[in-house]
Amino acid sequence: MNRLSVQLPGLQLKNPIMPASGCFGFGKEYGKLYNLSKLGAIMIKAATLETRLGNPTPRVAETSSGMLNAIGLQNPGLQGVMENELPWLEQFDVPIIANVAGTETADYVEVAKVISTAPNVHALELNISCPNVKEGGITFGTDPEIAKQLTAAVKEVSAVPVYVKLSPNVTDVSAIAKAVEEGGADGITMINTLLGMRLDEKTGKPVIANKTGGLSGPAVKPVAIKMVYEVSQVVDIPIIGMGGVTNVQDVIDFLSAGASAVAVGTANFVDPFVCPTIIDQLPEKLDELGVNHISELVGRSHR
Amino acid sequence: MIMQDEMVLTSQQEIAHHIYEMKLTGKLVGEITSPGQFVHIRVSDTYDFPLRRPISIASIDEDANEMTILYRAEGNGTKQLARKKEGDVLNVLGPLGNGFPVEETKEGETAILIGGGIGVPPLYELSKQLTAKGVTCIHILGFQSAEVVFYEEQFKALGETYIATVDGSKGTAGFVTTVMEKINQDFSTYYSCGPMPMLKAVQAMYAGKKGFLSFEERMGCGIGACFACVCETTEETDKSYIKVCSDGPVFPAGVVSI
Repeated sequence: MNRLSVQLPGLQLKNPIMPASGCFGFGKEYGKLYNLSKLGAIMIKAATLETRLGNPTPRVAETSSGMLNAIGLQNPGLQGVMENELPWLEQFDVPIIANVAGTETADYVEVAKVISTAPNVHALELNISCPNVKEGGITFGTDPEIAKQLTAAVKEVSAVPVYVKLSPNVTDVSAIAKAVEEGGADGITMINTLLGMRLDEKTGKPVIANKTGGLSGPAVKPVAIKMVYEVSQVVDIPIIGMGGVTNVQDVIDFLSAGASAVAVGTANFVDPFVCPTIIDQLPEKLDELGVNHISELVGRSHR
Repeated sequence: MIMQDEMVLTSQQEIAHHIYEMKLTGKLVGEITSPGQFVHIRVSDTYDFPLRRPISIASIDEDANEMTILYRAEGNGTKQLARKKEGDVLNVLGPLGNGFPVEETKEGETAILIGGGIGVPPLYELSKQLTAKGVTCIHILGFQSAEVVFYEEQFKALGETYIATVDGSKGTAGFVTTVMEKINQDFSTYYSCGPMPMLKAVQAMYAGKKGFLSFEERMGCGIGACFACVCETTEETDKSYIKVCSDGPVFPAGVVSI
């Protein structure tokens, strides 16, 4: 018996660990460092209909136990991802979760329709929570009705299950979660980054060219844990949890809060081997906790 | 090959005001392929300062399995680094990026190496390798003031060396370009590393000459995955950004829009 296996809509995961979207590119760089088949899944960088150049630099800034980024969804566009990125990933035995972004519903629908037909794409992650683009992104993720409609529109065309990535930059995350569930979402991924700003010590001006950026890293973990704890109690669809995961204990915390699988983001930049390291450490952690299968931990914070 | 190495600090000293010279030993040294490559260093084991610090490699001693890095302790992260002692172990990712092409200058030819401030260090290993193959190197090094000048003697041992300081407290008063204007030496290649305005001025002054520039940008992962350290290209047909960390940091003159 594989103690770490997790089954979610569209996804047979050999373990619950996956790199989070935007923190792993399309896998090529990390593929030089270790065998990507080791991962439970890979959430690839957001794809938009057209090529996007992203924001001006500086795009990142360090903060206490975290970092701000405003990359701006730079990506080679749907065609580039379909022709160059996804086929390269086929050499690995790992399901791909394709992050889909857009500026209007029609974009999301078109990208979802096409990218969901790629043989190794087993699920979509609908990005309604990117805080770093002027149009689209987060605007779809802050209004429950708009989020629901977009989810339904994408569900209609997608050949694979659809997970919706939620933003923490809302007053009531449960309302958004329930809305996307009603819209037909097969699962939820959460949380995206928290909006933040850092000022230059000398000039007093924002460090990041985009002025604001998305805060990630250990600093956001308590926010993410609380939101997963809350949302997992009001929806019946599974959650892939993320936000500041750096080690095996963080993974246990997210599972305990109510997530069924866990994504690792910023920590990949600090330790490129963090995902395989955590995966290797999980069985021992289960022994320590006296647990046979990882699924036994899911939601134990509120059971 | 890129590796994450636990390197041992063999010595560290402040060689100019806030400028530190650190020597590290480890297997990673054997993987370095060209001068101008850099390493990405974790400044602490905790996540208080999560992002690694990209620092260029100033010199390599393959026999001793040792490399030297020179950095300015200015921000919180590099100040942490400055506190490290002999025997401390540092988590180092590298070697990263594409360095200066030594092969672009032939034996018997002359190269001009122009560095500004904390952009000077990678030029030292470059000069060592160029002079070893019989290239005549001329060094033009710019600094803010005399107190932050470093490695003058080391560069002098390799070839003609000119120092410029902005405040005139050492060498020529002014910028590297002030020195460049005075030198009428013919050369085949120029190599440069320093702040963006300096690179821009150098490239403009040596327009039409074969040159290679090393760029700097705030970095995330250091391996090309996060798309943080991009810069714009000049080619109008291909407007895509290129990454300083994995496509660079060294680019032929004219490639990057500056």
